[in-house]
Amino acid sequence: MKYSNTKETGDKMLNKDTSRIPVSQQKLNVEKPADITTIGGTVSVEINEKKLKVPFGTTILDACRENQIHIPTLCHHPDLCIAGNCRICVVEVEGMRTLQASCAYPITSPLKIKTTTPMVRKARRHIIDLLLSEHYGECYSCSRNGNCELQTLAREYGVDEYTFGHITDPIYTVDKSSAAVVRDMNKCVLCKRCVRTCIDLQEVGVLEAIDRGYDTHIGTFLEKPLADVICINCGQCINRCPTAALKANDPSDEIWNAIDNPKKHVVIQTAPSPRAAIGEEFGIEAGHSFTGELNTALRRIGFDMVFDTNFTADLTIIEEGTELLNRLKKLIVDKDTSVKLPQFTSCSPGWVKFIEHFNPEYLDYLSTAKSPQQMFGALIKTFYAKETKIDPSDIVTVALMPCSAKKFECNRPEMFGSGFKDVDYGLTTREMAKMIREAGIYLPEVPKSNFDEPFGNASGAGLIFGATGGVMEAALRTVYELVTGRPVPFKNLNIEPCRGFEGIKQASVKLTECKKEYVFLNNVELKFVVAHGTANAKKVMEMLKRGELDDVHFVEIMACPGGCLGGGGQPIPTSVEIREKRAQAIYAEESTLPIRKSHENPRIKYIYENFLTDGPCGKTSHQLLHTHYTKRGKFIA
Amino acid sequence: METLLENKKKRKGPVLFSEYQQGESIKKTVQNKREYILRELKTSALKGRGGAGFPTSTKWMLTAAANSEKKYVVCNADEGEPGTFKDRVLLLEYPELVFEGMVIAGYTIGAKYGIVYLRGEYEYMLKSLQDFLEGMRRDNMLGKNIAGKDGFDFDITIRLGSGAYVCGEETALIESLEGYRGEPRNRPPYPVNTGYNGHPTIVNNVETLASVPHIIMKGGDWFKKYGTDKSTGSKLFSVSGDCEKPGVYELPWGTTINELLTIVDANKTKAVQIGGASGVCLPKSQFSRQLAYEDAATGGSVMIFNEKRNMLDVLRNFLEFFVEESCGQCTPCRIGNVRLLEGVEKIDKNEITFAYINSLKELGKTMQIACKCGLGQTSPNSFITILENFKDEIFKYERNGR
Repeated sequence: MKYSNTKETGDKMLNKDTSRIPVSQQKLNVEKPADITTIGGTVSVEINEKKLKVPFGTTILDACRENQIHIPTLCHHPDLCIAGNCRICVVEVEGMRTLQASCAYPITSPLKIKTTTPMVRKARRHIIDLLLSEHYGECYSCSRNGNCELQTLAREYGVDEYTFGHITDPIYTVDKSSAAVVRDMNKCVLCKRCVRTCIDLQEVGVLEAIDRGYDTHIGTFLEKPLADVICINCGQCINRCPTAALKANDPSDEIWNAIDNPKKHVVIQTAPSPRAAIGEEFGIEAGHSFTGELNTALRRIGFDMVFDTNFTADLTIIEEGTELLNRLKKLIVDKDTSVKLPQFTSCSPGWVKFIEHFNPEYLDYLSTAKSPQQMFGALIKTFYAKETKIDPSDIVTVALMPCSAKKFECNRPEMFGSGFKDVDYGLTTREMAKMIREAGIYLPEVPKSNFDEPFGNASGAGLIFGATGGVMEAALRTVYELVTGRPVPFKNLNIEPCRGFEGIKQASVKLTECKKEYVFLNNVELKFVVAHGTANAKKVMEMLKRGELDDVHFVEIMACPGGCLGGGGQPIPTSVEIREKRAQAIYAEESTLPIRKSHENPRIKYIYENFLTDGPCGKTSHQLLHTHYTKRGKFIA
Repeated sequence: METLLENKKKRKGPVLFSEYQQGESIKKTVQNKREYILRELKTSALKGRGGAGFPTSTKWMLTAAANSEKKYVVCNADEGEPGTFKDRVLLLEYPELVFEGMVIAGYTIGAKYGIVYLRGEYEYMLKSLQDFLEGMRRDNMLGKNIAGKDGFDFDITIRLGSGAYVCGEETALIESLEGYRGEPRNRPPYPVNTGYNGHPTIVNNVETLASVPHIIMKGGDWFKKYGTDKSTGSKLFSVSGDCEKPGVYELPWGTTINELLTIVDANKTKAVQIGGASGVCLPKSQFSRQLAYEDAATGGSVMIFNEKRNMLDVLRNFLEFFVEESCGQCTPCRIGNVRLLEGVEKIDKNEITFAYINSLKELGKTMQIACKCGLGQTSPNSFITILENFKDEIFKYERNGR
């Protein structure tokens, strides 16, 4: 029996080189033979008297799940390294005195396993009873009612009373300091998924267990409120929390108030990722978009206007693409070596806060273009207000986003370019679904309708922003065509090297026969890098520091694994499979759209002709569509 | 040598405290092949002295067989079990046995590094131990080409714990050495495969390592002469509580509790807690039992309670200890011990039903099989045995409604 010492972990999402996962939490990496058909490649096991052959090193849990044997879990998550600390998944292994945690036990020799003996059932019930005895609150006053793993376990094991009592008073004060994430440690079951998400998956490291024994709890550096530590608001911890110990800061009450106030003109923009995932909140399998249905539902709820964030995604492409070309020109034509390249995308607010904390000396590499959400807010309270003659102070802008960090972003003091708060509220997919339910609407059965004018049409390029690599693909379609006058040399405009869930993707496109004004780019190999998840972002920053990105021109980084479609505001649960299906839904919708290049969007042309008259990266656009960043560093006073 | 307490070494037994010439076992070891060492160890049937009783030769053989550039020998000197103070005696008065045991282990498994994980509270002996190691280096008993053996390099460093009981659990100890929270790991893989920094590691108790030089010098068969069939050799018992002569005693395995009570001059004994807080509490009727792995097993701690003691208070004390010292990682240990302690409080206040006592006993049984590590698995032992063995006292107590 041999175990390798590599820092490999549970899922391909986890970053193998930079990870600091302690050995205790690594997936047991038994050296698997390359070919499982060789001798020793498989092991015979008997699970509940069923004889099976499983690949050497498979965990008992995986072996059971692959053979339709249900084992309850709580601390286990497919995206994370193993923990083995909740003990719900214990099973009996013949010859062993104690029960074994199936999630953590690799099968390396023939075993006889029983998964539902009286001993096992009693132990599981005891563990659930113990967890419930310390779990403050009641299900009906909980935001995760109906989608809580502890509740599911209690139902599965027929809990109809609190055998060991039930905590009557909260111990911890709820931390509502963060604009994005609310922490209620009274509901924490100490599965440490959030710790593993924050430290191992995202490599941010805000959350860790503090104190010992009964006093153990998840805390921040010096127990500071979440707003005062280096949390990037990505919300990945929320997506993986089995209970409501972590949730997003929900503004839906304020939004209802605005809707109910006849004086207020409430405008909502919807991002592509929530549309591709909101069906999951209504029991629909992942991978179906509900864009048209959502438009109708939002109007029924009472939003005065329903706009498509993809419109400003197109605008972002024009602004960010122009900025890139300007930087390239400065470097190549003006020989200005102070130009910072590669240019990094700035549409992911989690990533922006990450670099502000971890690499503040590299902020000049970030594009100054605001994210589509913020561009939209600024335009609604200026351009749209002017066109419709509505007083911008009466306009309430809501953004439906897959993201918890957008809640922080819209509250940044820089985001008042219109003279008002550009975006009043960031709303997550989960909160939107709640509002739709509250309005008595069953989303999948609502008729479809279109977005409202004047931002009704958007290109497919904006739509694919939702998946990792999407911004890069959209930007390349525009930049390449702008420079050469020809569409990108990829079949159906699908730039395959940008697609897929590989952690860091690198590729290039050669610019040839450029147009007269871009002749300086002739024969330039436009190199780009795409990364998702801040663990990979960290890796990219290390590459940058080592000079490995010196010949790269453009880098797209999304803070969340999978890009926005795996954002911290998306439906729970999440897994690689679910994220892949959401990506498929987005790409499928995109392929059917008539316009698939940002610069061909007629509304974009219109706005540059009539409002942003000094052109992309011009004075007006700088005031409304561009921003600046804050050197935060790792130490916050 | 400055010590906090007088070392109450009361009886020198024939094995651990037998004649020994410093350095001789290392010299003999390097003249032999590692197979020889393993064979002698196997013959001796030495078992881990920390309490779990895992055969030492098996542990060493697995590590010796593991293929790795680096291997480690870790001496578990985190003597934290309540009522145990035997390792302190060994470290203060017989450090040569412990360190030479580590050198022999290094030679046998092919390790170059030894680490002593010293209990934080034993910081006062750090200086003298380091001086001793320096002396060994001067004598070429540590360092390069030890005892003239070409290519045999081994050195020992001492690391201090920070006072967590759970760090005496070998995988938690390794986590702590690596700089993480002291929390037990999932097993398998075991440290013999994936130990310190992912390398094969043996973690042995101080006393286990101290036995090794004697076995090398006098042979496995000599060692086996003492003790019982399944528990060979002798054992250091740290005896505390209601007796005239508390202290550390070396006695052969198989000594009965009655015999021990006579030796330490204990009168009117009501109960004996064998194996520290995590052990079992035996009543008078079981005093004829043997101290041995196969009967009343202990890592050394023997606590004596006379008739004046209130067993419920004894139990409360143990459970308070576990509530405090659980690492807090796994559910049954973190919350289970709290529920058991609450149960004791309820018994004390006469606010409990028999049905609930039974539920708690059942919970204790779950903890014994479902907790992640030995701490949680043994923490309900005292609850189960005291409530079982002293129910007359506790129920009477309850009827009196104090």
